[in-house]
Amino acid sequence: MSGNMNITLKVWRQKNNNESGKFETYNVPNVSEDMSFLEMFDVLNERLIIEGKDPVAFDHDCREGICGMCSMFINGRPHGPLKGVTTCQLHMRSFKNNDTIVVEPWRAKAFPVIKDLMVNRSAFDRIIASGGYISVNTGNAQDANSLPISKVNADEAFAAAACIGCGACVAACKNASAMLFTSAKISQLALLPQGVPERQQRALNMVAQMDAEGFGSCTNTGACEAECPKGISLSNIARMNREFLGASLTA
Amino acid sequence: MSTSTKLDSKIPEGNLEQKWTKYRSTVPLVNPANKRSLEIIVVGSGLAGSAAAASLAEMGYKVKVFCFQDSPRRAHSIAAQGGINAAKNYQNDGDSIYRLFYDTIKGGDYRAREGNVHRLAEVSGNIIDQCVAQGVPFAREYGGLLSNRSFGGTQVQRTFYAAGQTGQQLLLGAYSGLERQVGMGAVQIYSRHEMLDIVNIDGKCRGIIARDLITGKLERHFGHAVLLCTGGYGNVFYLSTNAMGSNVTAAWKAHKKGAFFGNPCFTQIHPTCIPVSGDHQSKLTLMSESLRNDGRIWVPKRKEDAEAIRTGKLNPNDLKEEDRDYYLERRYPAFGNLVPRDVASRAAKERCDAGYGVNKTGEAVYLDFKFNMMRYGRIEATKKGLHNPTDAQILQMGKDVVAEKYGNLFDMYKQITGVDPYENPMMIYPAVHYTMGGLWVDYNLMTTVPGLYALGEANFSDHGANRLGASALMQGLADGYFVIPYTIGAYLNSEIRTQAIPTSHDAFEIAEKEAQSRIDKLITVNGSKSVDYFHKKLGLIMWNKCGMERTESGLKEAISEIRALREEFWKDVRVPGEANSMNPELEKAGRVADFLELGELMCIDALNRNESCGGHFRAEYQTEEGEALRDDENFAYVAAWENKGNHEWELHKEELKYENIKIAQRSYK
Repeated sequence: MSGNMNITLKVWRQKNNNESGKFETYNVPNVSEDMSFLEMFDVLNERLIIEGKDPVAFDHDCREGICGMCSMFINGRPHGPLKGVTTCQLHMRSFKNNDTIVVEPWRAKAFPVIKDLMVNRSAFDRIIASGGYISVNTGNAQDANSLPISKVNADEAFAAAACIGCGACVAACKNASAMLFTSAKISQLALLPQGVPERQQRALNMVAQMDAEGFGSCTNTGACEAECPKGISLSNIARMNREFLGASLTA
Repeated sequence: MSTSTKLDSKIPEGNLEQKWTKYRSTVPLVNPANKRSLEIIVVGSGLAGSAAAASLAEMGYKVKVFCFQDSPRRAHSIAAQGGINAAKNYQNDGDSIYRLFYDTIKGGDYRAREGNVHRLAEVSGNIIDQCVAQGVPFAREYGGLLSNRSFGGTQVQRTFYAAGQTGQQLLLGAYSGLERQVGMGAVQIYSRHEMLDIVNIDGKCRGIIARDLITGKLERHFGHAVLLCTGGYGNVFYLSTNAMGSNVTAAWKAHKKGAFFGNPCFTQIHPTCIPVSGDHQSKLTLMSESLRNDGRIWVPKRKEDAEAIRTGKLNPNDLKEEDRDYYLERRYPAFGNLVPRDVASRAAKERCDAGYGVNKTGEAVYLDFKFNMMRYGRIEATKKGLHNPTDAQILQMGKDVVAEKYGNLFDMYKQITGVDPYENPMMIYPAVHYTMGGLWVDYNLMTTVPGLYALGEANFSDHGANRLGASALMQGLADGYFVIPYTIGAYLNSEIRTQAIPTSHDAFEIAEKEAQSRIDKLITVNGSKSVDYFHKKLGLIMWNKCGMERTESGLKEAISEIRALREEFWKDVRVPGEANSMNPELEKAGRVADFLELGELMCIDALNRNESCGGHFRAEYQTEEGEALRDDENFAYVAAWENKGNHEWELHKEELKYENIKIAQRSYK
């Protein structure tokens, strides 16, 4: 069932990290408003393949807004125009017939382009590896209900833990700062009693790793929070700063 | 019936309750110094893979983890919504290890092993403890203790959850444990790597061939043991709730190198998914089973009303209560809307086939929250001391309660369909979701290839012919945290004298050459049709002929159609680009080529199983009321298929013995 929207795409094409890229323009006719944004790219790629051209490479996997793999900087906004929606959950009914849509990769020094719209986000893994955990080996745990946790704290920790690690916060930030990502994990664990024993070291190590990866610093513009598809709050950054400061003073 | 001599399930002797405890205390150990020189490869980083890799690294083994995504945190376990079961009996509603064990065996329609399932139930409580200790923010009550809800096929509340994103929270917990080991240098991660083959030396699995997806370069990796934690193969149907990249390649390559494939035809079709909207559709989205706690499923009683709804002349909200057919409550009063998935799916198909479907395609039923929104609203009114609330006030308060429980799911539904589920009933239809079949494993989770293991959805072991909701997360984490760390000792204990084998060994050389020549072949066909063209065609054959209802003649047709399609694929597929660079089409092509082989085996297995059980419904074998009709005399076995090459297979049977549960016709009435 094809639709009747006619879309023009300006897409960033870049063969690999060593070569420079440029925009290419593609016309995609017969777009249905029920298509997701990525399904429109599927249709485009299908055509490029049959025409003997190189399809557009982009990251995606679950296509239900939770794995954090999809990216795409759409008309100047990470994950496109809707609040609280990832690119894979964005549908064409959010656009109009004859729209021209500009699509770029995340742009940040710490996220080098791999190909076209794909970037390397392994810096996020290294930030987690530097302290985004509670040191408990398998088999060491006590009964789960022996540690009551207030619903308020549990809910707040959950809200921070909802981060999908997509990197939209970095892409949205003019300084390419990873403060929202890093602070979400620090907050989640600082809010729970299980995370308290390591809170100081965690804050110091994760912030150090974040800086080492080449992310920029935070100037409180709030673009990260505004563009986060999972509504991660700026207050996490404030909490991280408190954790970091507290740790620095006693370290 | 007797078990094939090629299959030794290694279930320990003794009482069911004692099997695991005794075995765990007697399984050979590897001392800490020796662990440091033993290398383990883990393929896949979902719940099973991450949990296993972290736990084994904590114990001292050297671990390498491979995943095709850009980070281990992306594995598709992350998308699991509803929850995870555990026999904690926190709700004081009579739950116990035995009850979880019994529900799982019964839910699986008596086609799972007693020993494995009991072990699963035993360790279920430890999983919750472990996750909480890691900082997984499960839902809690105001008193600070953990909250529970119900899932299908049970009459207790034993499901732990974190809103509608339990899988995400559990996976991020396991991932944080994994990254901790990475930070300590005990685990090395190879992300954006795809396993293309296993390497066997002298009858034992000794490593893998993997492709670096960025450079396209093939790599050789040695391991004393290899763990496949690579998930299920639902994407053989093209449209499923799986992630786009989910595939069977690792399991299939292992199968071709000697690992038997268990019950390949056992597929779970999930009853509550968002219906297909058009040809462009690339995947289907699940609406969690937890919604059936509060949503009632119905279609109109009269065909003319269904017709009027389909053509937009009638708004479903206006259809009177007495004109609605709550068919699950009607047919299964004891379990109502919470019957197991296979039963709910077939019932939806039955109504739609009979002409009562409610969307344009006639393939959808309603999942309606209005009734329970009003119920919750009245409770809220009482709590707040409102004495004469209006219906509108009640409804609004009820909506708020529902939003807190399922908000993210309702948002997702609205985003995909453009319809607001707070105002209109959801439309849902069954879709492929999970595969109970997988690599055959023994009690140690070892496949028929020594040193090669399969964990989580990749193995066949615990769910029989139908998996209960919230049990996949339980099994993945049980295998990874609490089973493999013990059982792997039984094998590695005898490997402590094996030095790391250099990857210049002939077996690595040959396996790499084979993988390379297959890639070259895919690139050089240079035909006229895209990979997706073939994948969609295969999916349609599988859905129509090996889906919710199967028949002898349909399966036979499917087999010959798949063979023809496979031949066409290798003559006419077009894979653009180069082998030595990032090339997503090439990745897809390799996966679809494997699906084109697996699909045939699934149909062969379905054709062989002349009975209906769980998700496997052969139209020829049903009761007068249309329920699955098992044949325990002839089919109480695991079908383990040995690959003989050239698309030929030999069937080996593992007899299923029920010593603790009385086997009966499954009834949810």
